[in-house]
Amino acid sequence: MNRIKPILRTENINKYFVDPVKVQVLKQVNIEVNKGEFVSIMGKSGCGKSTLLYILSTMDTAYEGNLFLGDRLLTGLNGAALSEVRNQHIGFVFQFHYLLPEFTVLQNVMMPGLKLAKKSKDEVEHDAMKKLALLGVDDQALKKATQISGGQKQRVAIARALINDPTIIMGDEPTGNLDSKNAGIVFDIFKELTHELGTSLLIVTHDPDFAKKTDRIIEMADGAVI
Amino acid sequence: MNNAVLIQIAKTHLLTRKKQSAIASLGVTFGIGTFIVLVSFMTGLNGLLDGLILNRTPHIRIYNEVQPSEKQPIQLHPDFKRAVHMVHSIKPKQEKASVYNNQPLMNLLKKNSLVMGVTPQVSARIFYQSGSVLLNGNAIGINAIEEDRLFNFKQYIVDGLPLDLANNENGIVLGMGVAKKLSVGIGDRIQILSSTGATYRLKVVGFFQSGLADIDKLQSYVNIKMAQRIAGEGNNYITDISVKLFDIEKAKGLSDEIAQTYGVNSIDVKAANAQFETGNTIRNIITYAVSITLLIVAGFGIYNILNMVIYEKMNDIAILKATGFSGSDVKRIFIYQAMFIGIVGGIIGLGMGGILSFLISKAPFETEAIPTVKTFPVNFQPLFYVIGAVFAIVTTFFAGYLPARKASKIDPVEIIRGQ
Repeated sequence: MNRIKPILRTENINKYFVDPVKVQVLKQVNIEVNKGEFVSIMGKSGCGKSTLLYILSTMDTAYEGNLFLGDRLLTGLNGAALSEVRNQHIGFVFQFHYLLPEFTVLQNVMMPGLKLAKKSKDEVEHDAMKKLALLGVDDQALKKATQISGGQKQRVAIARALINDPTIIMGDEPTGNLDSKNAGIVFDIFKELTHELGTSLLIVTHDPDFAKKTDRIIEMADGAVI
Repeated sequence: MNNAVLIQIAKTHLLTRKKQSAIASLGVTFGIGTFIVLVSFMTGLNGLLDGLILNRTPHIRIYNEVQPSEKQPIQLHPDFKRAVHMVHSIKPKQEKASVYNNQPLMNLLKKNSLVMGVTPQVSARIFYQSGSVLLNGNAIGINAIEEDRLFNFKQYIVDGLPLDLANNENGIVLGMGVAKKLSVGIGDRIQILSSTGATYRLKVVGFFQSGLADIDKLQSYVNIKMAQRIAGEGNNYITDISVKLFDIEKAKGLSDEIAQTYGVNSIDVKAANAQFETGNTIRNIITYAVSITLLIVAGFGIYNILNMVIYEKMNDIAILKATGFSGSDVKRIFIYQAMFIGIVGGIIGLGMGGILSFLISKAPFETEAIPTVKTFPVNFQPLFYVIGAVFAIVTTFFAGYLPARKASKIDPVEIIRGQ
């Protein structure tokens, strides 16, 4: 058994939807992610994997049970505190890139860093360029976010998720919108992150080929881990 | 540092939809611009009308009105103090129109620290002779220099100067209406008939225009000595004493005191002209009501536009929250947007209001009421601009607050999963 505490841990998470009738969507979910681990969550549509992911991201606070980031209990913190945690420790990649259209690629990547305000603007810009280079899209830095291809946009989104060197990256079907070539590129980048930077990864996916190549698969069905 | 990022985001939002932002700003510009023009013009007008009345009306007028005594002798007699008095058919006593003891009274008033100046008038009924026709009229004997010093007499003389009257014993300043009826010009001589039947030849040295047609048709000004001669009286015959104070607010108090102490009739300017205060107040209310309404309408415009922006930007708000911006950060982004619109719109509004006010102040405006006024009266006061700026900022803040608050409460999970 690993003596080092897991980077992310849940204790008996339960969640209910009440509209139109009360349905339990998560049942006594207990999972852990260790440092540097590449974990995927798989399951049929409606099994609750995305619901679980959003609870783990701290964006959804309507649940029972406890959520820990390292030693820190996140359950019960107020909105502003959770925002800070998200800003500093969690990088999120969605199926859709969600880049801010009025800003350039570089500005998009810098934004969470500027918000964190732990480094000067120049330092953040320097970091942003490094991340873009890591993702192979640094040559697009000064283009408006709307002017690059879909695959490039997703890679920029990943660079943005990395800007504050988060403890864990969470993804909700990040390759869902990409062709197999770009999906492959993204997977390789993720793998590299765990090896090179020791970032932990928790990715929800439909794609069994993707999941097979990860360190560990958490399977879910009907709201419970199986 | 946090604010800098938020302001940057707010600015970018505004600059990437310039037309929308400009239109919202325009609403504020109109509101503030109109406020400046209205308030400057209205207070200018108020000042002009105040001046119309106040500058040329004595603060206190002492006169002698023929009326029955308030206290009949029998009421004053000690033997009959405890009796019931019934006196029928009271008639006014035959007495002169002159103010009793006017010389000592004037000297006393001149020494009063509240008093800026005192000048006497002598009013005499006359007839103007035009051929064989006699025209009703009134000659007022004045000390022309003092009348000008205290009551701006020069302002109402269209031709000639107060000095001309002072230098000509037989001089007369005719009301415009009279001059027209008699068809005379400056330098001509006219004949007047006094109420005692004597005729006097007077030299026309100027024309007078008060703006009140009824007065200009009857009234003329002569020197005091001439008026006393026309009235057939001696040189302590004074029908009115006009008093000007340093502080107009003390008028009523002093007026009552004079009436009480010296047993003369005395009236203060506010009592004699109650209607103009009301006019002022109403004009002020209208000015502020119109301006505030315009600003509220501008506020609606901003509210509307911000709502639309937030609706369009729901995805962006979700991603901002996902990457660690808090609800209050999001709220501030949109409030900053609203306030940028307010500040820019407000500054342009103040500028345009100022320019427009300036143009109005140069526009020709001639009125018979005050012959010396040539352009519209406009009051330029820094305070108005400060109030305008505050209005702009407050309105836009409130207009932006509700949409901003709504944005801050957006649930990112709902938006993201809803895709």
